[in-house]
Amino acid sequence: MSIKINKEKCVGCKKCQEVCPGTLIAIEDHKAVIKYPRNCWGCVSCVKECAAGAIDFYLGADIGGTGSVMNVTKSGDFLHWNIRKPDGSEIVIDVNRKNSNQY
Amino acid sequence: MREKLQIERIETDVLIVGGGTAGCYAALTVARNSGKRVLIAEKANMKRSGCLAAGVNAINAYIVKGRTPEDYVDYATKDAAGIVRRDLLLSAARRFNDVTADMESLGLVILKDENGDYVARGNRNIKINGENFKPILAKAVAKEENIQVLNYVNITDLLVEHNQVYGAVGFSIVDEKAYIIEAKAVLVATGGAAGLYRPNNPGFSRHKMWYPPFNTGAGYAMGLRAGAEMTSFEMRFIALRCKDTIAPTGTIAQGVRAKQVNSKGFVYEDKYGITTSERVYGTVKENQLGNGPCYLRTSVITEEQDQQLLKAYLNMAPSQTLKWIESGKMPSEQDVEIQGTEPYIVGGHTASGYWVDTHRQTTIDGLYAAGDVAGGCPQKYVTGALAEGEIAALSILDKWKTAEEIPPTDSIQKQADAVIQEYEKIRNTNTPVFTTEELEEAMQKIMDEYAGGISSYYQYNEKQLNLADEKIEQLLKLSDEIGASDMHELLFAYELKERLLVCKALIAHLKNRKETRWHSFNENLDHPDTDSRYFKYVNSRLENGTIHIQFRDIVKEDTYEHKDQ
Repeated sequence: MSIKINKEKCVGCKKCQEVCPGTLIAIEDHKAVIKYPRNCWGCVSCVKECAAGAIDFYLGADIGGTGSVMNVTKSGDFLHWNIRKPDGSEIVIDVNRKNSNQY
Repeated sequence: MREKLQIERIETDVLIVGGGTAGCYAALTVARNSGKRVLIAEKANMKRSGCLAAGVNAINAYIVKGRTPEDYVDYATKDAAGIVRRDLLLSAARRFNDVTADMESLGLVILKDENGDYVARGNRNIKINGENFKPILAKAVAKEENIQVLNYVNITDLLVEHNQVYGAVGFSIVDEKAYIIEAKAVLVATGGAAGLYRPNNPGFSRHKMWYPPFNTGAGYAMGLRAGAEMTSFEMRFIALRCKDTIAPTGTIAQGVRAKQVNSKGFVYEDKYGITTSERVYGTVKENQLGNGPCYLRTSVITEEQDQQLLKAYLNMAPSQTLKWIESGKMPSEQDVEIQGTEPYIVGGHTASGYWVDTHRQTTIDGLYAAGDVAGGCPQKYVTGALAEGEIAALSILDKWKTAEEIPPTDSIQKQADAVIQEYEKIRNTNTPVFTTEELEEAMQKIMDEYAGGISSYYQYNEKQLNLADEKIEQLLKLSDEIGASDMHELLFAYELKERLLVCKALIAHLKNRKETRWHSFNENLDHPDTDSRYFKYVNSRLENGTIHIQFRDIVKEDTYEHKDQ
């Protein structure tokens, strides 16, 4: 369970660092790095916060991960959850933040 | 020698340790009802810290139409086989709906029907979009002028003399700074304890667990060290979760009414019962009998329900959605495998925590507790944490009217100095034999094997507990010799020490409940049945390094005051 931060995309805004409930992200040379990847809870707060789309979330191989990654983009009331599979195919799930869960 | 920590002194009216759900709401309550200064010390950053980082998708403690707070008390009492505090449950339940309405006014989305009424999920729950529950709460706190938030400050010790609290001591995890905070009242709202037992996923994904891995029992440990009384640690909480991702099962079980089945398709929940602990126990038993794996039977749902489930999980446990998509099989095509987690110590699901009076004051004067760190009030969940934060805050303000001020003494200063001395010692230990991580692994292995962890099917006997006690004691000694190369490592060092002390208290509690009252939660092989002589609270205090156990009679009244301090 952890995240990968894409250095090319990271703009060094520090927002991910602020929202991590474990303070696991540090800024080194103006770029975010995950200091303790094994300590990640998988809450995805940083992924949701990153406007640059620089943070990918993935499942560790020890919990069945097969290499797909997930990130989130926002527009208006929507969160767009983008999942990219290892074969390059993509799935997007849109969640309206004004809608409640049905279950 | 390293350069010494810079020491910052702060004086405030109300110090809140922990800026999670209960702490934030307590701060808001003080600010809305008085001109008192509030300081929140939060070890991470308030915006998403605590239990609600990922979100929550239902309010699970709500008085739905046609039900009363008394019904709630009855339900929680039955589920915990009577070991609850009626006064605490009732006072929290009476506030569930008001705090929910307040959260809605702050921006929380709650599902409503065509008449504008909340849509119930079962008998006690309503449906929400709680992905941003914590940011909504944090934003409301940030707007209040009288609330100061110290992010990245970890409190380790309370300053207590003659059973009166004067403040607390902590350190920054980002700057080389120690804090001495003087306060007229202190509320502990640090949450419960995860990471005591070897987790489901002990490798790379070791922190993919039910409870926040950052809740390390700090509040319990500082309370124990200050001489506060604790209750019901032996009522451990074990969550029934989706395998690997440790995502919630309630959304499936209640949302689409999926049944628990074993590998032969047999619906076993009817056999073992449906209390919270029985649902876990049934799954454990079926595995022991060779009937595993166990599942939630989702393969009967529709494709439309699949889509709703994918979304519901994104709002609280996105790893499960990712897992479904990665596997290429939706819940309608494949049952969801379930498992029990490692045991946790919490006061929001089960009842472990500070022994408080109805006002949420602990056995130490001026020290209050709310949320997961407060005991006696199980199944209070998020609304209960809010309610307890509110009750504690109002009690603090109420007490102000009559309390006479006692100025801190030199001895308080000495206590603070001694704590900071300990920080310096750890910072200046350069070549320890063991790292914090090594000792943490050792602790989790001991608890797993000898104190009823996953590998022993949550069972233990007295001999095993004695061994656990002996080995944890040894680790406590070793933990005095660990070092830290930066402030974050100093945090890790304290988290280990906290957990070890909680383990020590937990073992004492488990040893003293010589019965099995809640299957799996306390599965005592020497005493496999419920024994009416143990229809009592098991309470504890730390005195001169030893855990002292006291049995207390069950409180049946609507109010409770501390009497025999």
